[in-house]
Parts: sequence; structure tokens; C-alpha cells
Amino acid sequence: MKLKANVSDLTLRLGSGAFALVLVLIVVGIGWVLWDEARLSVAKFGFAFWSRSHWDPVSGEFGAFPFIWGTLYSSILALLIAGPVAVGIAVFLSELCPEKLRAPLAFITELLAAIPSIVYGLWGIFVLVPAVRSFQLSLPEWMTSLALFSGPPVGVNLLSASIVLAIMIVPYSSSITREVLRSVPVAQREGACALGATKWEAIKVALHYGRAGIVGAIMLGFGRALGVTMAVTMVIGNNPQAKWGLFEPSYTMAAVIANEFREAVEDLHLHALVEIGLVLFVVTLIINLGSRLLIWNITRDRSPKASPTPAAQPEAAS
Amino acid sequence: MTFHNARRRVTSVVMTGLCTFSVVLALIPVVMILTFVISKGAGSINWAFFTEMPKPVGETGGGMANAILGTLTLCGLAAIFAVPTGVLSGLYVAEYHGTRFASIVRFAADALNGVPSIVIGIFVYAIAVLPFKQFSALAGGLALGVMMIPMIMRTTEELLRLVPVSLKEGALALGASHTRTVFTVILPAALPGILTGIILAFARIAGETAPLLFTSFNNRFWSTDVTQPIGSLTVQIYTYAIAPYEDWHRQAWAGALVLVVLVLTCSLIARLATRRLKRMHVGA
Repeated sequence: MKLKANVSDLTLRLGSGAFALVLVLIVVGIGWVLWDEARLSVAKFGFAFWSRSHWDPVSGEFGAFPFIWGTLYSSILALLIAGPVAVGIAVFLSELCPEKLRAPLAFITELLAAIPSIVYGLWGIFVLVPAVRSFQLSLPEWMTSLALFSGPPVGVNLLSASIVLAIMIVPYSSSITREVLRSVPVAQREGACALGATKWEAIKVALHYGRAGIVGAIMLGFGRALGVTMAVTMVIGNNPQAKWGLFEPSYTMAAVIANEFREAVEDLHLHALVEIGLVLFVVTLIINLGSRLLIWNITRDRSPKASPTPAAQPEAAS
Repeated sequence: MTFHNARRRVTSVVMTGLCTFSVVLALIPVVMILTFVISKGAGSINWAFFTEMPKPVGETGGGMANAILGTLTLCGLAAIFAVPTGVLSGLYVAEYHGTRFASIVRFAADALNGVPSIVIGIFVYAIAVLPFKQFSALAGGLALGVMMIPMIMRTTEELLRLVPVSLKEGALALGASHTRTVFTVILPAALPGILTGIILAFARIAGETAPLLFTSFNNRFWSTDVTQPIGSLTVQIYTYAIAPYEDWHRQAWAGALVLVVLVLTCSLIARLATRRLKRMHVGA
């Protein structure tokens, strides 16, 4: 009887463990497969792949700098727009909002995470792009002559992409910042208030206490932004150039994969695209795990009622 | 002194005001996007959209029946791949948490959750399209399944750990084996929540486009063969949106409306279910 129970318990452990192993194998497999499929490009170009700006599939010249540039530029700009807004939302929802409004408002802001990327893209093409274009045309002459505001008046450009990205990452960053603020001990705020702090000063104390987690939350949003494909592909203009102008049509790493992967007939072209994917994989991996570590450091132990995985919250909430 | 205090109070009002304003700022795009999708979509949607096949280029009319079927097929295949793996690995992590392997698995799930969907597309292309030299619904389903696994694993783990320890102890005290306890007590207690998690994961992958571009590809015809390329709402919307035809744009909006309604309904159901579950657990 006892033996039978032991055997079945062992079966449970090994059986479910086997499925858990599948998950680990997938992650390792992604890294390995991408490395294997990128070898031609890695061997031919080496590190120069990332510093060269010439991308010409016809002549077999592949330099990925414009894509890195476009990805980083649009994501950082998105971060600058979305970061403050996300923190503001989190502060409002966790510190200022009347109890009754909290759940519905949180739900509505998190709806932004539920809307599919392709719908953002569609909205981007038909609503945002014309709006950005007319905004550009309405700028005074002295502004458009600056390098920052240069670019053809087409509407598909870095700025459009950054706006779409910013909208898309706000819900991620804000819901995790909220989680972080929730795990700041009440005593911190009470202490500040007892010393005569105004509401904002008490909030500042809480923000200061949770700063590492908030940085993590914003980084997590950044990691998301790097990998957004469809919405960006549809509004960035898909032109491989690295320029400072906000109105310059540009290109991102994810977008070039989406556009050229199916048409890549040459092995080298395919491998070059996979190498871009490999770097995207490694970079998002590092950013994600780093930011989760920061968030986890703040939220563990301090909030016994919080879920064991605060970082998984936005999915559950969307 | 009073001047200093006044300044502090003003700062406080301004800053809290800015925080309130940021919520308004986030509500603007939600409202804008939803109104656009609903108004444009509602004007373009009709019965033919659900029942008819795409017309050749140049002819107006037709629908996306094949793409709707395709999206459902792909999501169904994804669920077949992901539900057993996700639930059982979640079970492992919840039941044997604290072991080294459990933390590795959790780490892998976090990592996989953050991998851009386009990268998963490349991965599945390399393992399920290249060897057979054939885009297929199976490959598309696999790509979506890979995205679904960590989501399901996470909810399963969370919900299994929410099951009161007393239930488990009760079963064990009655002499049930660990396996029996898991399958007759713990899993049933968490089942509604796990189903909710699966619905949410479903809603998220139904809107994915990037991993399908080079796995399930696209297909303008009715297809039920999972070894052949298959259309999907998202890829179809993409194709139509970037094409220069007015009527295709109209259909893209209609498709977006269907997609948004699908995704939001799932989210809302899951949301309401979660709230009820939480109340049940608090009451228990």
C-alpha cells in the first residue's frame, strides 16, 4: 500500500517535471536554434555586422546599424513619454484614487494591454500617421530647419512609432509600479505624515522607498517596446537609415524581420535576419530578468498578500 | 515660514494634479482607439463578412470567413500544445516549490514571457517549417502555443498556491497519497481559476500577428487541413491594411472590430470570474 503510494507520487513528480522540463528546453532551444541559423552571417560579418549601415539584400551586403538605431531611438523616446505617465497613473491609483473608482480605472488603463498590436497598427496608419503629418506641417519654419525636426512630410516616422509604443507600454509599467507601491510599508507614509509632510511629500517617500522596483517596472516596459513588431512596422516607414530627425522614416529590428523574412531567398540574407532576432532575444532576456530581479527585491516578503509573482500581474489583469 | 509652507502645499497640489492628469492622458488613447474601431468597424461589418470568402483583388465585397475559422483553428491548436504543458509545469512548480529545478522552471517561464513574439516566430519557423518545407497551421499553432505556455503556467502556479493548506492537510490526514490529493482535492479547487487563466491567455494569443507571418503564413481559401497554410484574422487585417484598396481597408476595420470584441469579451469574462473567485477564497 505504502509502496504503491510512493510509486504514484514519484510518477506525479517525474510526470509533471517532464512537462516543466519542456518549458526550460524551449528557452534553451530558442537560443540554440537562433545561434545555429545565424552562423553564416556571424561568420561572414562578425561584429562589423552591428556597426555597418549598408543593408542591401541584392548585393549581399548586410549591416544592421540602422535597425539598432531605430529600435533604440523609438523605444527610448517611448520610454520618456510613457515612464512619467505610468508612474503618475500608479501613484494616482494607489495613493490618491477614491476606493470606488480604483478597480474600474485600473481595468480601463489595463485594457490598453489587451488591445492587439495589429489594431494599434491599424489605428496608427489611419489616424495617428495623418495627425503626426499635419502636426509636422504646422510647425514653424525655424523648427523644421533643426536636425531634430527634420524629415519628409509623410507621417510614417520615428515619432509615430514612439507614440504607439508609448501607449502600448504604459499599462505594463503602471501596473507593476502599482504593485511596487502597494508593497511599500504603510509606516513609511504614516511616518512622513506624522512629521507634517504634505500629501505629495508622503508620496515622494513611498516612491523613494520603492525606487528600485519602479526602475524595474519601467525597464520591463522598455523590454516590451523593443520587441513590438506589427504596430511599429505599420507606422515607422521601414527605411533603413540612422538619423536624428523625429520625422525621418526609420526601421526597427523586429520590423525588418517581419518584412523580409518570408522573401529571403539567399541563405546569407536569412541568417542576417536571424542574427538580428538572436540579438533581440538576448537583449530582451537580459532586460527582462534584470528588471524582474529589481521588482522582486522590493515586493518579496513585504506584502504577504501579494501574489507570489508580482511580475506576472499585468497578464492576469489584462 | 508661511511662504515656505504655502509653496509646499502648492507643490503638493500641482504634483497630485499631474498624477491625476496622467490617468486622463492614458484614458484618451483607450477611448480614441475603441471609438475608432467600433465606429469604423460597425460601419463596415455585415453578414457577408462572417460567411463569405475574400474576393479577388479589384472586386468589392466578400468576407473573412476563412480567416475567422483560421484564427479559431490556430488558437485551438495552440491550446492543445499549451494547456497540458502549462498546467502540469505549473503544478510542478507549485507542488515542489523550493527545489532548485522549480526555480529554474520559473526563471525560464519569466524569460519566455518576455521573448518578443517575432523571435518565437523565427524559432518555430526553424523547427516546424524548414524541415517540412511547408508553412502550416500546425506550425502557427505551435508558435502561439509557445507563447501561451508561460502564461498558463504562471496562473496555474498562483492559483494552486492559493488553495488553502488545510484542504491539502485534510486529504493527507485521511490517508490519501500526494498524487490523489493533487488530483482530487487541489486541482479541482483551483480549476475555475485555471480555466480563467486559459481564457485570458487565449485572448492574448488570438491577437498575435508577428509569430504567424512565417509559420501559418496566409491563405485566402477555406482550409481545414492543418498541414497547409491557413489564414488568420490578424494576418488578414495586416495584409488588407497595407494594401491600397479602399474596400480592403473597410474589411480591415471590420476584422479589427471582431478581434477587439473577441479579446475584450474574454478579458471581461476572466475579470468577473476572478473577482468571484477571490470573494470565494476570502469567504472560505
